[in-house]
Amino acid sequence: MKTIALQQFRHDADIAAADGDRRAFIRTALGGYYGVRGATMASYANYPAARAKAAAIKWDALENLGEHLEAFESKLLDRGVKVHWATDAASARGYVLDILHRREAKLVIKSKTMTSEEIHLNDAMEQAGYDVVESDLGELIVQLNKQAPYHFVFPCMHLKRGEIKSIFDKAYGESGSDDPENLTMIARRVLRQQYLRADVGISGANFGVAETGTISITENEGNSRLTCAMPRVHVVLMGIEKIVPRLADLALLQPMLGTAGTGQLMTCYNSLYLGPKRGGEIDGPEEMHVVLLDNGRTRILADSELRDALRCIRCGACLNVCPIFKNVGGHTYGVTYQGPIGAVIEPHLRTVQEFGHLSAASSLCGACTETCPVKIDIHHHLLRNRKKAAKSKRGERAIFGAFTFLMRRPALLRWVGRAAGVIDRLARPLQGSALDPFKAWRQSRTLPSPAPSSFRDYWKSRGRR
Amino acid sequence: MSDSHAAQDTRGGTGERAAILARVREALTVPTSIHVQRDRHLAYAEHANHAEESDAVGGLLPPVGASLQSRIDRFQERSESLRSNFLTAECTSTAAGVLGRIATDSGWKRVAVHNAPLLDQIAPHLPCDRLQIGENYDREALEQCDAGITVCDALIAQTGSVLLTATSAGGRALSVLPPHHVVIATAAQLLPDLPSAFALLASTYGKSWPSFATIITGPSRTGDIERILVLGAHGPKQLTVILINQNQEQ
Ligand code: SF4
Repeated sequence: MKTIALQQFRHDADIAAADGDRRAFIRTALGGYYGVRGATMASYANYPAARAKAAAIKWDALENLGEHLEAFESKLLDRGVKVHWATDAASARGYVLDILHRREAKLVIKSKTMTSEEIHLNDAMEQAGYDVVESDLGELIVQLNKQAPYHFVFPCMHLKRGEIKSIFDKAYGESGSDDPENLTMIARRVLRQQYLRADVGISGANFGVAETGTISITENEGNSRLTCAMPRVHVVLMGIEKIVPRLADLALLQPMLGTAGTGQLMTCYNSLYLGPKRGGEIDGPEEMHVVLLDNGRTRILADSELRDALRCIRCGACLNVCPIFKNVGGHTYGVTYQGPIGAVIEPHLRTVQEFGHLSAASSLCGACTETCPVKIDIHHHLLRNRKKAAKSKRGERAIFGAFTFLMRRPALLRWVGRAAGVIDRLARPLQGSALDPFKAWRQSRTLPSPAPSSFRDYWKSRGRR
Repeated sequence: MSDSHAAQDTRGGTGERAAILARVREALTVPTSIHVQRDRHLAYAEHANHAEESDAVGGLLPPVGASLQSRIDRFQERSESLRSNFLTAECTSTAAGVLGRIATDSGWKRVAVHNAPLLDQIAPHLPCDRLQIGENYDREALEQCDAGITVCDALIAQTGSVLLTATSAGGRALSVLPPHHVVIATAAQLLPDLPSAFALLASTYGKSWPSFATIITGPSRTGDIERILVLGAHGPKQLTVILINQNQEQ
């Protein structure tokens, strides 16, 4: 059965793949990344062992997740942080809306958080009448353009400077040159006042340290620091799988995230948030909340193999190396988490029936697995997802059923083998036409003609000689 | 924590909390499957030769020489690639001179500083106005300043980073709101690597944490438009680190 999501995927993929200009642009944009990342990896004393260690840390985090979550919460509560556990998106949204209501907020400023995309928080806040501003440059641009992020680390990498300039022209009036420096400075100026005016700041979390009850946020622009410094209330949205056991683990995970994500040994700001403003401190929010989100994660955890994917640190490296991502683009996936890791987890975060096709959006080349800084066996999971999906597909079941039927009946098989040449000749004019049942496949590919005589006949004639 | 405090919070609390924790525990009763487990054992095995836990990480990241000079060299090298401005001075008064020249060259009218003995020896000598940041400071005024000057908890040679906290460096905004952040540090604060920086945090604040700490690695930047580097996205366009190295001749 073709679901709406699958039809949409095929439609969008056709358009994106045919846009050679945009594809070349994406390739160029990623070109610099490969070089810088390679050099940074080479500067490690032992990068393969660093990867193995990072993988092991995230395993430890996951296999003792219950204890770690309790310890994490307990430390936060001790410092006056409010902790909310949300089983699903609606619960998380409701909790945030309650805070906004209670604090009589008008303006909400956000630093990049994919978790908020996942729970569609912006829509909910806007519908409730709040002004919502994204502060990360890429997020701001896609927000103004009324789009979803194209890539969960580089949200607007698909847009060219000219397009961004016209987005800014529309939003803020004539913006002058389309030079990236000029455009960045416009965003800087616009957002400055928003930080000072905003009532509530909402951020995500890259890691949550169980040992010390600490939120760790990795960023480059400083927008997240300002979002968490200026407003009176700071709300953190965090998936439960972001837990790491010890503070010392960050000494490895922060550089691994930077290296894999953008090629930087450390991104500009790796900040730790432990609570609201303390006595003796001169600024910071009066109130801090942490929302711990499940929303399907425990379902993935319950699968003894798939839980591997919950170790993801969302560096985006698997997207950057994926030939499918580079050809069909981020929006085609139609989900929050694009690329190979999205294709692994999204069918399970949503429904396999509707999003199972994402796991087929892969060439199984394994580039993702090879590049993953925490050694998630991504393409193994894609293959396993596919295997499960195939079992429930009527078309595939029918083909393999027919195959089994034939192989068990030698006389019939012989007859079909002889008839194949005739059928092929008769059917050839239909190739790729509307009447061809394999149209999608055969439009651009030619099936070789069956051999004039079958192997069985050949073997017989050889025996007679 | 006192009982009264525990009663106020939600520990042991809501239905959703119990539901999520129960699902997590239930999920983990199924052991991780063979395929994945094999990889995990490989992962452990690969770093098994690094017996000591803390050393394990130290031995994996980019190497840093043991001497102070090699730390300074590494910090210098990293600063160049990060486009931060790294300067050394023999004593606080030379540091004040160095910073005074930057102030004059950049035409600073007003700088923001926080209360710290080291800054008290330097800031009064600067050829510009000063905004002293303290309880209930004027945020608009801070935003208008040409630079924010702070001390720090440590410098990290390995990454060319500055480690600071809300208690050591004048809160959360001073080091990110003005367009130029100046850090005054001493040679004793120059740590070799990231693991030692986290160890320092734990030993200094383990019993009483500040609400905020950050590792700053270069001036604010973005590559969001066509992956082209632009400095000063939302935070400082410039980062200057002045290292006071009183034993330079040694
Ligand atoms: S799966 Fe691995 S490579 Fe992909 S985003 Fe997650 S951590 Fe990065």
